[in-house]
Order: sequence, then C-alpha cells, then structure tokens
Amino acid sequence: MAKIERQEPQAPERREPVWEYATAPESTDIVRLEDRYGLFVGGEFVEPKSGRYFETINPATEETLAEVAEAGPEDVDLAVSAAREAHERRWRDLPGTERAKYLFRIARMLQERAREFAVLETMDGGKPIKESRDVDLPLAAAHFFYYAGWADKLEYAFPHRRPRPLGVAGQVIPWNFPLLMAAWKLAPALATGNAAVLKPAETTPLTALLLGQVIQEAELPPGVVNIVTGAGETGSNVVTHPDVNKVAFTGSTEVGKIIRRALAGTGKRLTLELGGKAANIVFEDAPLDQAVEGVVNGIFFNQGHVCCAGSRLLVQEPAFEPLLDKLKDRLQTLRVGNPLDKNTDIGAINSRQQLQKIEELVASGVEEGAEMYQPECVLPERGFWFRPTLFTNVSQSHRIAREEIFGPVLSILTFRTPAEAVEKANNTPYGLSAGVWTDKGSRILWMAERMKAGVVWANTFNRFDPTSPFGGYKESGFGREGGLHGLEPYLDFDGDSE
Amino acid sequence: MTERVPVRRTAKLFIGGEFPRSESGRSYEIFGEDGRVLAWAARASRKDLREAVRAARAAQPGWAAKTAYNRGQILYRVAELMEGRRAQFEAELADAGAADQAWGVNAAIDRWVWYAGWCDKVHQVLGATNPVAGPYFNFTIPEPTGMVGIVAPPDQPLLGLVSRLAPAIVSGNTAVVLASERAPLPAVSLAEVLATSDVPGGVVNVLTGFTKELVPWLAGHMDVNAIDVTGVPEDMRAEVESLSAENVKRVTRAKAADPFSPEAQSPYEITALMEFKTVWHPMGA
Repeated sequence: MAKIERQEPQAPERREPVWEYATAPESTDIVRLEDRYGLFVGGEFVEPKSGRYFETINPATEETLAEVAEAGPEDVDLAVSAAREAHERRWRDLPGTERAKYLFRIARMLQERAREFAVLETMDGGKPIKESRDVDLPLAAAHFFYYAGWADKLEYAFPHRRPRPLGVAGQVIPWNFPLLMAAWKLAPALATGNAAVLKPAETTPLTALLLGQVIQEAELPPGVVNIVTGAGETGSNVVTHPDVNKVAFTGSTEVGKIIRRALAGTGKRLTLELGGKAANIVFEDAPLDQAVEGVVNGIFFNQGHVCCAGSRLLVQEPAFEPLLDKLKDRLQTLRVGNPLDKNTDIGAINSRQQLQKIEELVASGVEEGAEMYQPECVLPERGFWFRPTLFTNVSQSHRIAREEIFGPVLSILTFRTPAEAVEKANNTPYGLSAGVWTDKGSRILWMAERMKAGVVWANTFNRFDPTSPFGGYKESGFGREGGLHGLEPYLDFDGDSE
Repeated sequence: MTERVPVRRTAKLFIGGEFPRSESGRSYEIFGEDGRVLAWAARASRKDLREAVRAARAAQPGWAAKTAYNRGQILYRVAELMEGRRAQFEAELADAGAADQAWGVNAAIDRWVWYAGWCDKVHQVLGATNPVAGPYFNFTIPEPTGMVGIVAPPDQPLLGLVSRLAPAIVSGNTAVVLASERAPLPAVSLAEVLATSDVPGGVVNVLTGFTKELVPWLAGHMDVNAIDVTGVPEDMRAEVESLSAENVKRVTRAKAADPFSPEAQSPYEITALMEFKTVWHPMGA
C-alpha cells in the first residue's frame, strides 16, 4: 500500500445536542411459537427417529425460543425417500402451469403473513426488524413469484435444449438470510420440477419451519419439499445421500470445499455459493454522502453477516480524509441494539460462536498494526453484540484484509489510479461481489469489466432482485442463483451424457 | 540415383509459443496401429506443466482483451491452416488407426469454423438483461473463467481435442492441453498450426506425456481456474474432482461422449467455461 501522509484519526466532534430516541419495538404477539418443532417430511411434521432435539435461542436475549428436532441419518433417509416418491409420482409429470400455481400460492401466502415471518426471523436470527420486514420478506415472496412464472416456460429459457428436472435436490442453507435463502433454493428447484430436501442452519431454523406450514397449507403435493433441521452432520447426511441428484450449498468456502471433496466421483450436480471479501471502491468524483450510505449499507447491513458484504473499502487518496470523517460521523448515529426496535440499524450477532470469530479477527487486526475505530454506544447486557468497527492503516497482507470476517468490520485501504483499484480489488481468492462509486458512467463499465466478481454494484451495494443472477468467481463458488441463469443448475438436458 | 532421405520431425512440447523438449529430458515411444514406432514424443514433467500454466496465465488477459471479431478471425485462420496441412493430419490419423481419416480431419476443421463464429454471438444468445425492481440497468454477461486445463480424450486424437479446445478458447480463456497419451502426434501438429495462425503464444499450450502422471498436478494447481476432465481415466475421476476442490475449480466434461455426434458442438460448451457476471448500473438524469 502506498504510504500516505495523514493525520491521526480523531473522534468526530460531537454535535450538540445529542437526541435520545424513543424506543419503537415491534410486537411479538403475531408470532405463535411452539415448544417443539418436528421435521417436515412427506407433507407432515413428524418426530425425529433420532429422538434428539436442540434448542434455538434469540441471540439478542439468549432466551430459548423453542426446541427443534435434530435429523439423524434415518430421518434424512426418510426425507430423501419422500422427495423421490413425490418427484416421480406427483411432481415431475405435473404440467408446468400447475406447478406454477403452487409457487404463486406460496408467494402470496408469504405476502399475507409477511409481518409474522419478519418478526420470527428477527427473533431467531437477531437481524433488525426493518431489514427482515423491508428486505428479507419482500424478496423471498418475490423470488417464489418470479420462478413460479418460469415453471411453464422452461423451453424458452435454453435455446436448442430440452430441459428436464434432475430429481431430488439436497439444499443446505446458512443462518444469515434464513427464509430468503430457503426461497432462493426452493423456488427454482420446484419451478424446474425437482423435489427438495432442505437443511436450514441450526441457529435459525424457525422461519424455514414456518415456511413448511405455509407449504402444507398451500397443499403442495406431500414430499415435494422436506425440511430437516440439524447441524453440520445433518447437512453432511443430506449432501452425501446416494439418492440425492443435485446439491446446492450456501455457506463458507471452507465447508464448500469439504462438500466438493465429498461429492468427488459421485456424478452429482453441485452449485456452491461461498464466502467473499468484496471491495467497495470509492473514486474521488463520487457523491460522497451517497457513498457513505452505500459503504455503511455494504458492511453493516445484517451486522455484516453477508457473503457479498463490502468488507474492504478502497478509497481514492484525495477522498480518503473527507470520506473517513463522514463515515465516523455516520457510525456515531448508527443504532445498535434490540433488533425488534424499528429504529435499530445493527442487531445482534447471530451466535456466540460467530461473535468469538469476529472478536478473534478484530484482535488480529489490532495486533498486526491496523488502527481501529469504534463509535461510542451502549450495548445491551445480554445477547451477542459487536460495535460497528472501522480499520485504517490496513495493508493487503493483514488478516482483516484477506479473511472473511462476516461481521460489522470494515477494512479501509487507499488507491491512486483505477488500475491500482482493480489490482487491489482482485487481489483475493474470493470473487463474489464488488462495488464502484463514481459519477462517471464510462468508468463504471470499465471497472465492471475488469473486476473478477460475479456481481458488480455501481453507486449502490447489497441490492438483490429475483431477476438478477447472483454467484461467485474463483473461491466464492460456482453456479448462479436468481434470474434465468438460476434455472440451469436444476436442469438436465437431452444430449447431456451425465 | 540415390534416394533422398526424408527429414523427420522431432515431436516437442508447445509452451508459450515455443517448442521446447521436456526439461526432464524424457521422451516416450509412439506406436502406430501396426506396431511400428512412429516417433518419440516429449514426456512432459510436473515442471513443464507449471511452465505451461505460467505461460497460459500470462497470455490470458491479452487474449481476452482482443475484440470478439478479432478472436473469431484468428480461430477461423486455424481452420484455414489446417486445411492446408490436411494430408499430414490424415496420415497421422491413419497411423493412429482412424477408420475414416478424411472424415476426422473435415470434422475438426469445420469445428474450428463453427466455434470461430460463436466468438461474437455467445454473449448475445446466452447473456441477459434483467428487469429489476429499481432504477438500474441490470445485465448479465458471460466472461472467460481464465485459465483452463484440458485433458484431451485418448481416442479421436484430433477431433476429440479440437472439440474441447475450441470452445474453451473462443471466449478468451487460455489453455494447457494434455494430449492423448497413446496418439499425441495430431496434437503436436495442431500445435504447429496454432503457432503459425496468429494465435498469440501461450494461449494454447500442448503437453505430451503420461496422463496419469500429469493430471493430478493439473487438477491441484492453484492457478488453474477450470479443468476439462473428458480424457481423465475413469479410475482417476474422483481423485481429480477432489483435488479440484483446493481452489474451487470448475470441472467440466464433454456433454457428448462421441465427438462426431451432433451434440458434440454446442454454445453451452463455451459457457461451461465462462462466468456470468451481473452488473447493476445506475440510471438517473
């Protein structure tokens, strides 16, 4: 990194007076929690053959919300059999137009019960209610609606090919967007005529199980969707099950590689949506106030628990100081705390384990000589919390500039020329996303062409749409989700020998 | 009258536009169908493979930066030059035991012409613009994945190789090819064609040698983005796919087992070695 002269970062001047916010908590009355949740297999909620249950907690309070069944090998086997039977007898040969109607139904029911889902998502995962309400739920419903429309139009999507479903899809999803990831996995799988066995993350199983209830009420043929809860071992049993034809995984690069090895030589189709270390690049001509909002959204959205988070901020040198000042100012106004409060910007860290990982990496940043800034804010006593954090004086070799932190921690580096920005942005084994902030349209396209990333946002960040394909380059995985391109991983084609 | 002594060719490797022998000094006998020794081919080592990967990586940005029209013309020229040397290719296929060597050469030349024409069309046919809910122009374009390792099928030493190589480099990827171990001479001749047909040095690198020795190094190499395992022996597939996990390589193989079948050429073979990139471009007055 070029050595540049700069003043020691100082705490921003406090503006007087500091206004206190009134609390604006969302009521949890709308959620009817059960004490115990079974597995969703063959259209019914059933007790696990394993006989085991685990607790899911609210990470903002550490209170137990419910007990959830832990699917053992026998349970996974039953779920896969149910999916196989449903695929062959009730789903594969159903006309696309009819398959579509079930998906439209699910989309509509998600819209109808959006508030309930949003509150439950926030309770189980810790994300701010304004995000689960305004992002997760609308996008999940939209995803089902979008893919519903594809179910009877698949022949138009792939010129000169005849699409066929693969069979049973085993799908393992993470805890950062629990319902939305379930939608990303199930909607294209079902639209293309596959049956699914979905394994939600162990810290956030509740909205997927509520989705199971919706699926039941939608009268989707039994067994087309099966939901098996549990931890890594359950996921492993799903992906390695010999009767699963296709595996879709979203999660860490480390686990993605393990799955890749486990599937070697099996002939199963695989898509991986893995980690990231995205560069968010701000040029000096960018509208700085807008860029500050984008940078904040890029890294603090969902507590930074986002695989495509803009965790490396690259700032063109002349803009460094003004941008840093504005960022520190903005951080001071971010509200950290009760995720159910409608004013909360940063909610709870999803789990104690994740909090420890963030703390460990942040400590390495300090130890390796980067300079840390955190705003003053009072954190709740119970629950898992981490202040929004900035690091300056970061070099590319620091762990905080190389490793995915998956928390509200931003590493700031600088550059002089567009070519240097490209080189630094691409200097990572990841390649999921990137951001560019500039007033110049031609520069956006010049940068976008050179970035080794599956998604490039210009003058925006962390924006998603069911029509827009999403997925990584390099070690961020392969395959796309969303859009027309999100159909391909769930289809076989005449003439394909596999 | 003394009979003229013909000049024999040394079958060498093709790395970075040059024709070195193996740094290991090794070579191996190539037999014809009739059991006669046709030549001694270079037996590439791990080090040769790494040199080839380095050359391919260095050549990749320049090759991808050429206009699609330009790449199309260059690949068309490969077909032109093959046509001029068809007698040699036919003789090599006959030596390797091909049933109909003329057919094999015709199909290989036509395959270059077919793929050359895709250079400036694949983005139009398989890219997309996406109607997102917001003030953005959102589009998805396929881009070359980077540097591709190709294990050519052992049979059909010419058409099998061209059917895997052409779709890989059409889009701007560069390649390291492991030629058919048993019948590498058509691949050596193809390298000589590529060297004289405006394909920049390093875009295609051809190694001859022992497949089982070289494949694991190719599959495990951290700077190889994708591997085409069409020619990987069945008993090595699991090992190769496992090694590919190290840097999350894309693994692909021919959709059609027979390169003469109609399915053997497809734009989807091109996109199998491409990445779809989606760009959100702001709109506003």
